Amino acid sequence: MILFKDVTKRFPGGYEAIRGLDMSVDKGEMVFVTGHSGAGKSTLLRLIACIERPTSGQVIINGQNTSRVGRSRIPAYRRQIGMVFQDHKLLYDRPVFDNVALPLIIAGFGHREAGRRVRAALDQVGLLKKEKQRPETLSTGEQQRVGIARAIVSRPRLLIADEPTGNLDPDLSFEVMRIFRRFNEVGVTVLIASHDLSLIDRLGCRQIPLENGRLQVPKEDTAVDDYIADADTISGPEKWL
Amino acid sequence: MAVTRNAEATKAAKKTGPVTAWLTRHASTAVGSLGRLVRQPAASLMTILVIAITLALPASLHLVIKNAEVISGGWEGALDFSLYLKPGTSLKQAQALANIIGKRADIESVRLITADDALREFKAASGFGDALDHLTSNPLPHTLLVRPSSRSTDGSISLLREELGNLPETDVVQIDTEWVQRFHAILDILQRAGVMAAALLGIAVIVIIGNTIRLDIQNRREEIEVTKLIGASNAFIRRPFLYSGLWYGLGGGLLALALVSYGLSALEVPVGRLAGLYGNSYQLISLSLKESASIPAIGMFLGLAGSWTAATRHMRRIEPR
Repeated sequence: MILFKDVTKRFPGGYEAIRGLDMSVDKGEMVFVTGHSGAGKSTLLRLIACIERPTSGQVIINGQNTSRVGRSRIPAYRRQIGMVFQDHKLLYDRPVFDNVALPLIIAGFGHREAGRRVRAALDQVGLLKKEKQRPETLSTGEQQRVGIARAIVSRPRLLIADEPTGNLDPDLSFEVMRIFRRFNEVGVTVLIASHDLSLIDRLGCRQIPLENGRLQVPKEDTAVDDYIADADTISGPEKWL
Repeated sequence: MAVTRNAEATKAAKKTGPVTAWLTRHASTAVGSLGRLVRQPAASLMTILVIAITLALPASLHLVIKNAEVISGGWEGALDFSLYLKPGTSLKQAQALANIIGKRADIESVRLITADDALREFKAASGFGDALDHLTSNPLPHTLLVRPSSRSTDGSISLLREELGNLPETDVVQIDTEWVQRFHAILDILQRAGVMAAALLGIAVIVIIGNTIRLDIQNRREEIEVTKLIGASNAFIRRPFLYSGLWYGLGGGLLALALVSYGLSALEVPVGRLAGLYGNSYQLISLSLKESASIPAIGMFLGLAGSWTAATRHMRRIEPR
């Protein structure tokens, strides 16, 4: 589903956020990108969402090379990916329902079908009763769940999330992660950038540890086996191509 | 998966019919844009008022010219000219000449104004009555007022003038309608100037609306970024702004129409009084139905043009960060 081949992202000014990164995520996997802030997690997600383009190397998402997605095709490309942001990026001038319906309206769904899907999505994140409220009347955790509902309402096969629990307390964080887990269980590939290691350990998913834009080299011997196991999946992209 | 999803969307659209879905989408965008304008009534009204004034100016100029043309059109038939006879010509000679000319086929009528009549009239009208009493002789000549037949053309009239001007008794031929022609020339210039002014003001409307939309886009920058992140195309994001421009143009056009109509009704009484002074009952011509409809239509077109330029230019610059 996601394949990075020797990807480097250099920003104007020379700062390299990602350096020669190779990694892959299989269809149906739920994977965490971890690392300190500045390790390149956000840039990695932005490369997937085509917000940034790699300086060199290839980013291939579901068989599409993002370098070959032209400017005019970016909207259609982004519609295949559900995106969740740390700051939710909701539109505060309209109710929850309209926020969640936005991707469907963009895609041209009729009102009835859109309404049905929006309610299904809100039901999945447990906010069905709050559809008429404005986002600012909701708690941060609820706002994040609105963001998740919006990301999954058009039933994408890939869901990416940048620090989705960054502003949440541990209980709410775990609740949000369980929602992601449920989508993963029905076949959605999920990639989450997070630095909340204790939470990730509780979920027991594969991790892609980043350090200074590269895959982190494990320091302890015990972790080497895991790393090799990861490297195996990395070297086997033909599995999903 | 893009294919699957598009197929799903198409399926969903098919349930209601693609045209209906398209119409619904546009209708809801149009209503949404209108709602946005209504929610900021002061700002919207200011913009609409500026547009209305800008549109009303060329429209009223057009009306002024139109009315002037109709009024002067009544004078066009006045092709009369005066034949001033040489000072030595006797009254008998003048009467004989009037009879001869009056019988010509290309002449409708000839009226003789004798020197005495003319002096009497001048005395009465000029206010120099007492001074003129001291004159020993009448300095005025006999005059023939010639009205060519209504079948005359411009060419035949100038030939006629030449012919009568060459008569031995004639001193001077004076064309009374020259000022009508000058007036028409002035109207023509005004009309051209009006077209130029209308074009400039039209550009002004485009700029006004473009600038309003530009500010609107800046204020909604965050929203545009988010929608782009979710996968909205430029066309989708541009649409509500285009409708805003359309509404501004329509509002401005309708208000301009109201301003012009109000101006007309305010002028009706004084114009009637003036016409009465000329023993006339002139009624101001207002805009025809077609013209009335074209003002809001032009407003909408200009609104669309303005918002299109602004939206297309600024939309590209806003990319998610």
